[in-house]
Amino acid sequence: MRLLLDIAWTHIRGRRRQTLISITGVALGTGFFIAISALMAGSDADFIDRVVNATPHVAIKDEYREPPKQPAERVFADGAVALRGVKPKQELRGIRQAQARLTEIEEIAGLDVAPTLRGNAVARYSGRDVAVSILGVDPRRERHVSQVESDMTVGTLDSLYTTGNGIIIGTGLADKLGTRMGATLTLSSPAGTVMKMKVVGLFRSGIVQLDNTTTYALLKKVQVLQDKPNVINEIRIRLDNLDNAHDLARRLEARYGYRAESWDEVNEGLLETLVVRRKIMLSVVSAILLVAGFGIYNVVSTITYEKVRDIAILKSLGFEEIDIKFIFILEGFVIGLAGVVVGWALGYGLSAYLDGVEIDMKEFTAATSLPILYDITDYLIAAAFALGASTVAGFLPARKAARVNPVDIIRGAA
Amino acid sequence: MIGKTKTEEAPLIEARNVTRRLSGEIPVTLVHDIDLAIHRGEFTTITGPSGSGKSSLLYLLGLLDQPTEGTIFMDHIETSDLHEGDLARLRLTKLGFIFQFHFLLPEFTARENIMIPMRKLDRLHPAEMQARADEILAQLDISDHANKRPDQMSGGQRQRVAIARALANDPEVVLADESTGNLDSHNSEIVFDIFTKLAREDGRAVVAVTHERELADRADRKIHLVDGAIVSDN
Ligand SMILES: Nc1ncnc2c1ncn2[C@@H]1O[C@H](COP(=O)(O)OP(=O)(O)OP(=O)(O)O)[C@@H](O)[C@H]1O
Ligand SMILES: [Mg+2]
Repeated sequence: MRLLLDIAWTHIRGRRRQTLISITGVALGTGFFIAISALMAGSDADFIDRVVNATPHVAIKDEYREPPKQPAERVFADGAVALRGVKPKQELRGIRQAQARLTEIEEIAGLDVAPTLRGNAVARYSGRDVAVSILGVDPRRERHVSQVESDMTVGTLDSLYTTGNGIIIGTGLADKLGTRMGATLTLSSPAGTVMKMKVVGLFRSGIVQLDNTTTYALLKKVQVLQDKPNVINEIRIRLDNLDNAHDLARRLEARYGYRAESWDEVNEGLLETLVVRRKIMLSVVSAILLVAGFGIYNVVSTITYEKVRDIAILKSLGFEEIDIKFIFILEGFVIGLAGVVVGWALGYGLSAYLDGVEIDMKEFTAATSLPILYDITDYLIAAAFALGASTVAGFLPARKAARVNPVDIIRGAA
Repeated sequence: MIGKTKTEEAPLIEARNVTRRLSGEIPVTLVHDIDLAIHRGEFTTITGPSGSGKSSLLYLLGLLDQPTEGTIFMDHIETSDLHEGDLARLRLTKLGFIFQFHFLLPEFTARENIMIPMRKLDRLHPAEMQARADEILAQLDISDHANKRPDQMSGGQRQRVAIARALANDPEVVLADESTGNLDSHNSEIVFDIFTKLAREDGRAVVAVTHERELADRADRKIHLVDGAIVSDN
């Protein structure tokens, strides 16, 4: 074994420049894989974090997933009855027995719950109209289910209590309206009610969509604005353990009949995008490694041609085909291994460098530095890919070398 | 001495009715109807005109090539049934080859080259291997060159290292194909002296292909080939 390695080593050393190029190829593939993985995983985690924190983990809405069963369907349950055009029932009065249900959910351990009346309105300030989503909340409970309090750049959530008609708006919206802290907006609801509200706080969640359209006010005020006294149309829940969201949503929906959405359901498309993104990256990087593989194939293949006499003599001395094969597979593997080690260092270095880079991605999220996630599995995956490619790249010429007929070579050399 | 072992002892290598043909667009018969027994302690030379099949016969005797008809027995083992790995094993343990071209591995020193078959066999400790390599180098009078790579040696020295390598695993049979073809007469003499010694003193079977009459005359047994067939054997 040691002998085969020694022989393989002399071959590699004899092709120093080509070997170095191949090592560089593998190192680049491995390094970029690691760095890009770290960046992607980091931004994924960061993104999910923002999205998850910005929305409730579970939201119960005053909607139904399916239209109610019509009498005809109920009677002829097994029959070929189909009714078309039946719409899911619209609950104008919000979630029924909302208070009782709120109390009931509160009993469940490991969560916080808050009532909301969500509606639309038009906010006007100095002649500018912007459609907004207005959430009527109970600040005492709201601070436990959403991020809004910690996202606030100016003012406090509690000032909704102390100011008569207080409203908290996103920084994006404030820019759009050209307003600022302390300004008075005019809000008109679809119900026709008009209300003057004073900006008592600004928040910035990092999610542009939210910052541009969402506003918060006291539940009672919003009920007046929307002309829906005592109505709650959304119960928002925040869990200690995010992973329970899906099950809890299913359970609550089964119990109350209302649509209950968990964060992963709401963001399904987003999560899918992340998976697709990762797959694309994987294929790009495997392409790099494939090219690196060709480089290795090239070196090992060149060596087998160059060393055909040595192969012949080794066979005549009593080396078996498998020994010869092993020598050249080993060469591919050694080059790959060297590439992986350099690639690891490169990947780590790149990750560390990117970690320090500050970037403002205004379009999407308001990140201020690149999120990097160091994950040992990325290093292992990259190594497995690279070593696999190198071994295959060595195997093909190795197989050919092993089949060399020593008689042909020895005759030719004489 | 010459006839002593020939008939009494069982042959080391025996070719029975061996023919080697190459199939192809124009079929070629390399050697045909060869019956030959090679014994221990016997120095045999094979002569014949160019293209008469001398090398082909040697490759068959050395298990580098397989006959298309007939059988080769190696120390009573019928080799036609053996797999590639078994044949390689026999070459490693029982046979030593020397070719016209030295075929030393260029990156290894003389000593390292000699140790390659030993390391492949892996029967001795590394220190023992080295000691044995040095012993063989001394016998062939090239101890001074133990640490030189092939490109730092003369043709005659290289060829002696190649002989040393062939002897690494103490083979019972040494097969040489025009091993003096690239050497001047002085060096050729030296090589043939070594062959004679290997046969007479060590009791090995030595089979050497040559086209030099005077050298051939020094052998115990002379086989002459013409057109792939043995025409004389004495
Ligand atoms: N692969 C091959 N294809 C066709 N013919 C071949 C092949 N190998 C050998 N021959 C032919 O077989 C015959 C025997 O070749 P071989 O090498 O055994 O002769 P030789 O006696 O060793 O000759 P030399 O003294 O020149 O070395 C020659 O005529 C040669 O041309
Ligand atoms: Mg020949």
